[in-house]
Amino acid sequence: MSRLTRAEVEHVATLARLALTDDEIEHFTAQLEVILEHAAQIAALDTHDVPPTAHPLPVVNVLRADEVRPSLPRDEVLAMAPASEDGRFRVPRILDAP
Amino acid sequence: MSGDALELAAAVRAGVRSAREVVDEHLATIEAREGELHACNLVTDDAARAAADAVDAAVARGEDPGPLAGVPIALKDNLCTRGVPTTCSSKILEGWRPPYTATVVERVLAAGAVPVAKTNLDEFAMGSSTENSAFGPTRNPRDPSRVPGGSSGGSAAAVAAAYAPLALGSDTGGSIRQPAALCGVVGVKPTYGLVSRYGLIAFASSLDQVGPFATTVSDAALLLDVIAGHDRMDSTSIDAPHEPLLPVVDHGVEGLRIAIVDELVEGEGFQPEILDAVERAARALEKAGATVDRVSVPSARYGLSAYYVIAPAEASSNLARYDGVRYGMRVDGSDVATMNARTRDAGFGPEVKRRIMLGTYALSAGYYDAFYGQAQRVRTLIIRDFARAYEQYDALLSPTSPTVAFELGAKSADPLAMYLSDVCTIPTNLAGHAAISVPYGAGEAGLPVGVQVLAPALGEAVMFRVARVLEESQ
Repeated sequence: MSRLTRAEVEHVATLARLALTDDEIEHFTAQLEVILEHAAQIAALDTHDVPPTAHPLPVVNVLRADEVRPSLPRDEVLAMAPASEDGRFRVPRILDAP
Repeated sequence: MSGDALELAAAVRAGVRSAREVVDEHLATIEAREGELHACNLVTDDAARAAADAVDAAVARGEDPGPLAGVPIALKDNLCTRGVPTTCSSKILEGWRPPYTATVVERVLAAGAVPVAKTNLDEFAMGSSTENSAFGPTRNPRDPSRVPGGSSGGSAAAVAAAYAPLALGSDTGGSIRQPAALCGVVGVKPTYGLVSRYGLIAFASSLDQVGPFATTVSDAALLLDVIAGHDRMDSTSIDAPHEPLLPVVDHGVEGLRIAIVDELVEGEGFQPEILDAVERAARALEKAGATVDRVSVPSARYGLSAYYVIAPAEASSNLARYDGVRYGMRVDGSDVATMNARTRDAGFGPEVKRRIMLGTYALSAGYYDAFYGQAQRVRTLIIRDFARAYEQYDALLSPTSPTVAFELGAKSADPLAMYLSDVCTIPTNLAGHAAISVPYGAGEAGLPVGVQVLAPALGEAVMFRVARVLEESQ
């Protein structure tokens, strides 16, 4: 396993939407490398004709009748949000300013 | 001490004891020990008294409140309870009150149980010691200088300290069985899909399963019978009737074929007293009429490596929802991406961030097939190897944990050492099978040791029979 670089850890933090501090990035670079080395023990196993298992049950396409049933009470749900307005979740600007 | 759940429920249903008196007794125990143990994030004493009064009123009206009538129960704080704070021991959910209740909680309430507390856990169930809680660690009732195990350490400690005869936990890689072993109580990881996950806050959805803690094997069967069964709110719950387990727990092991799993007793880090307990358990089962061999499940030794790719990968995806938009805390930012990233850095603790990073890495372009793809193929190998073993054997045997409860802080600086404490429990989750941890004597420093009985998918009946014989043999 090649060494995990600080730049890779920064990239992964961006993908994971984590605003890590410098200390955290340094710490995680060292720790993740050790854990990935252990995980890499399985890299050597010959699995070329083995199908992957994503789920332990053989369930596919669980269907049900398309009937209207009560959903969660909107006011109760919005009351738990950090910010809401007019029956919707309120967030900071998503698109760039005009 | 006020007896086990079966006795309590029988006494309350018969009107011999009032549910109110039972719950007051348990609340007094909580009051006496909670300052030292910190097993609970929230003690729901008022609601518990009200629920107990409702049970007593039903009995007075001549109604049957159900098989758990008046039995106090502790709930892991990753099970949603409508209007009652549910934190996952994370700052990111502090103050959140769910708008709905988990199916398992609905079912225990409908059976007459009386929830007394939301119990502490490793943040988002990620850990093996309950030290990763944002609200401080739980201590082991058998020795408060030691951890209770994890991640369901609060539930295990609550049962061991007689806060309640029953508790619910969740098990993704051993999070019920390992703390049960370390605290000296019974803990069950049911077959994947036997119990609804609706309202269990997701960690790794293909591995997570809710299950019981109890002081006796029969009590664990009683609770599992209440929570098991199909739920239309969880499409991955098995759509078949549940065969009650309690009526068969005493059927013995005569003629059963059992084997100790080589790979789960070999390798470094196993304390000799633990391996000795497994040997003694094997002799006890032989004496009761079973045969006990050794069997190899070769790929089980790769379980830990595969698990620490698959579980973090699923977690990184599941925990994407904590973005400061719909629930929990928010740290402001000038745009939404900055707000998301700051909220997540401030709200998650170190272990959760570590696993999100690990999972994101394993799923990222260039590494997906080498890590996640390979781990999924190894998962298939593990399932195949167990299938071969179960062609010859009805149940398998191993330690639950390689060691007894360790000191607080002993493994917190070394994540990998902590992960290794789940080496015996992880293969069951990867396979989607069932397993139970039964207290079996004492190990280092007189601390409890757990023996694990493993069974194939929906093999709970045999598993409970074996566990019951082990319990009786001591």
